[in-house]
Amino acid sequence: MAASAVPHKRVHPIRSFLVGDEPMTTGLWGIIFFIFSEIMFFAGLIAAMLALHSDTLLWEPTNGGHRVEGDHLLPILFTVLLVSTSIPMQLAAFAIRKGNRKAMLINMAIVLVVGTAFIINQYFEWEHADFGISDGPYAATFYTLTGFHGAHVIGGLVFIFAQWLRGLLGHFDAKRNTAIEAATLYWHFVGFVWLLVIFPLVFFLS
Amino acid sequence: MATLAGAQTTPYAGANVWRTVLEWLTTVDHKKIGIMYLWAAGAFGLVGMAFSLVMRTELAQAGTIISAETYNSIFTMHGSVMIFLFLLPVGAAFMNYSMPLQIGALDMAFPRINALSFWIFLFGGALLAMSFAVEGGTASAGWTAYPPVTLDTGNNAEPPGAGMDMWLVGVILLGQASIFGSVNFLVTIFKMRAPGMTMWRLPLFTWTTLVTGLLILLSTPVLAAALVLGFIDRNGAEGAFFDPANGGQPLLWQNLFWFYSHPAVYIMILPAMGIVSDVFGVFTRRPIFGYRSMVLALVGIGLLGFIVWAHHMFTTGGVFLPFFMGATFLIAVPTGVKMFNWIATMWRGSNVFPTAMLFSVGFLMLFLIGGITGVFHAAVPVDFALHDTYFVVGHFHYTMSIAATFGFLAGCYYWFPKMFGKFMNEGLGKLHFWLLFIGVNLVFFTQLLLGLDGMPRRINDYVANPGWELMNMLITIGAFVSAAGMMVFLYNVFYSLKWGERAGSDPWEGTTLEWATTSPPPAHNFDSLPEIRSERPLFDLRFGERLQDDPHYHVNNGHNGNGHGRGGTAQPSESAREEG
Repeated sequence: MAASAVPHKRVHPIRSFLVGDEPMTTGLWGIIFFIFSEIMFFAGLIAAMLALHSDTLLWEPTNGGHRVEGDHLLPILFTVLLVSTSIPMQLAAFAIRKGNRKAMLINMAIVLVVGTAFIINQYFEWEHADFGISDGPYAATFYTLTGFHGAHVIGGLVFIFAQWLRGLLGHFDAKRNTAIEAATLYWHFVGFVWLLVIFPLVFFLS
Repeated sequence: MATLAGAQTTPYAGANVWRTVLEWLTTVDHKKIGIMYLWAAGAFGLVGMAFSLVMRTELAQAGTIISAETYNSIFTMHGSVMIFLFLLPVGAAFMNYSMPLQIGALDMAFPRINALSFWIFLFGGALLAMSFAVEGGTASAGWTAYPPVTLDTGNNAEPPGAGMDMWLVGVILLGQASIFGSVNFLVTIFKMRAPGMTMWRLPLFTWTTLVTGLLILLSTPVLAAALVLGFIDRNGAEGAFFDPANGGQPLLWQNLFWFYSHPAVYIMILPAMGIVSDVFGVFTRRPIFGYRSMVLALVGIGLLGFIVWAHHMFTTGGVFLPFFMGATFLIAVPTGVKMFNWIATMWRGSNVFPTAMLFSVGFLMLFLIGGITGVFHAAVPVDFALHDTYFVVGHFHYTMSIAATFGFLAGCYYWFPKMFGKFMNEGLGKLHFWLLFIGVNLVFFTQLLLGLDGMPRRINDYVANPGWELMNMLITIGAFVSAAGMMVFLYNVFYSLKWGERAGSDPWEGTTLEWATTSPPPAHNFDSLPEIRSERPLFDLRFGERLQDDPHYHVNNGHNGNGHGRGGTAQPSESAREEG
């Protein structure tokens, strides 16, 4: 490809920020469509939760259990941590667009550590909740939504870890970095769903 | 084109049968995957048809032969198999096989994910099939699986067993296969088109693939959410989502389910419409009338399809009736546009009627009856009277089931020469058409009348009201006539595979790119592509030279009409002339 000889077409700054100035690969298109389907999946679950919350007399956990007042501190802390990992993930994408594999690996390592910490905290949230999944609509939606979100975080972490290993092996450069861009978009989606939807709903509708 | 004649190799010549099997099991070629989808879906379709014959035998006369439980299981599996394992994958089969050929692509954008889709689909189907073997039998709550029938509420005498869970998980898997497939279709259409193949030059079948892909992408995940909630409800949550006794809402399931399942109707019928459009474009020997209005109508149907789901729930009292009634009426507009465009294409065309064209005309007739009865239903007062009667059964079978099947059968007869290099037998094909056409009308028109007379659906026995036994007997006879027609088709497929007349690369004088390569196409699809100057590149190749001086001849070629186009007449290029 004589790409270097041809000046780049002007790219919209938002597009440039999200996926860089290179022409978008089929893989990147694929992950974008896939993320739309994921958004619809969570939209279905969240719509279910809102419907159940607004119309149900038996919303509260039936065993009398409830989240202790002031118990929101740890979830808020880990929410901030998870969402802020979008920054190192985006920095990793910026780095590899310039061909800087080392900076990419460091940023991805930060994402992996914080993401794993988030999952561990979720495990303790489940451990310490004083209601079970069978204790009414609130309890069932709590476990369903945090569970599916957690599964998506784990999926994202596994994917990022695989790309991190590939990076160690010397894969990726300024031109060939679709997997990193895809992981970045997916990670933004995972953080977005948690911050804007699941966290406020699950933790404050009780 | 003559250069292509010798290009096809015979990959399994001399190889042993296991190597052939292994080749098909590990293939990532969109054509082979499409053919595998076709065989698998066809087999499931025959199973679904067998279920319908069991039901019709039971209902032929008042009185019972099989128990209510068995009947519930049979009608549930009939619906589930026909929708999830026959109509949806047959559409996927043709989209897999023909769409990349029609846009001049080498393969799908993600060939391996394409193979993954197929195998997930097959595994999901196997799960549904295996549920016959578990204790308690298959799911038996209807294909709509309304809770609380799906739950063990303590009130139902025989609570659904493991078969229900297998149904839920199986359909999740089938949905996942659909989603992966749709991502593949969309990226392929957006990114893999041959040079010159602009969006306004896509064949109409490819356009339907695009709109269908978007519908699958945005609606199937919502079904997945519903199924997941249903599964958790049965295993752990103890009815917290859908059982009113435990704080759940049955209507929530219905909303989520129909948010998918109404678009799913279009996911089934739109590919059939696309096939019919392409068939009309060939056998009327005219360009399709109103190409752009066809595309816009298609997009309109797709958009409206997302805001009418609650018309399935009019009688629940839980939905805002005027909005959903109005939106449902609106769908008649783009559908009518398509109907009139098809008729206008045939008008003064030099129509020829091979079996593919017969099935397309049959599609129009069936879809007309189905569509008009759909408008009846859209009116809330009528729906209140007809809800859950055989009128509904007749209506939806006319549209999404049998009209779609006619479209897909047209596709079979139309693309069979491309897939296997041989024609299907025309005599058997016409016998198939007439048996099936008479049979299905006998079944479903009588069902409309029976429904108007008030017979409820989903029952295994009925009171012998005046006329009911006669009408039910007619329906049963119709079902067996249709089945005989399908047996003729099955024989025709094997007969034609073995003894069919050989077909060249372009047996129908087609207009779209799949006819520009050999039959069957080589693994890489095309050795060379003709110049693409309109939505009918092969027509241009054949007649462009003769027509380019004719001032009256216009083809729709992309930006024609909005000021920055390449002019409106067919202009075959130098290379196209040489090849032609």
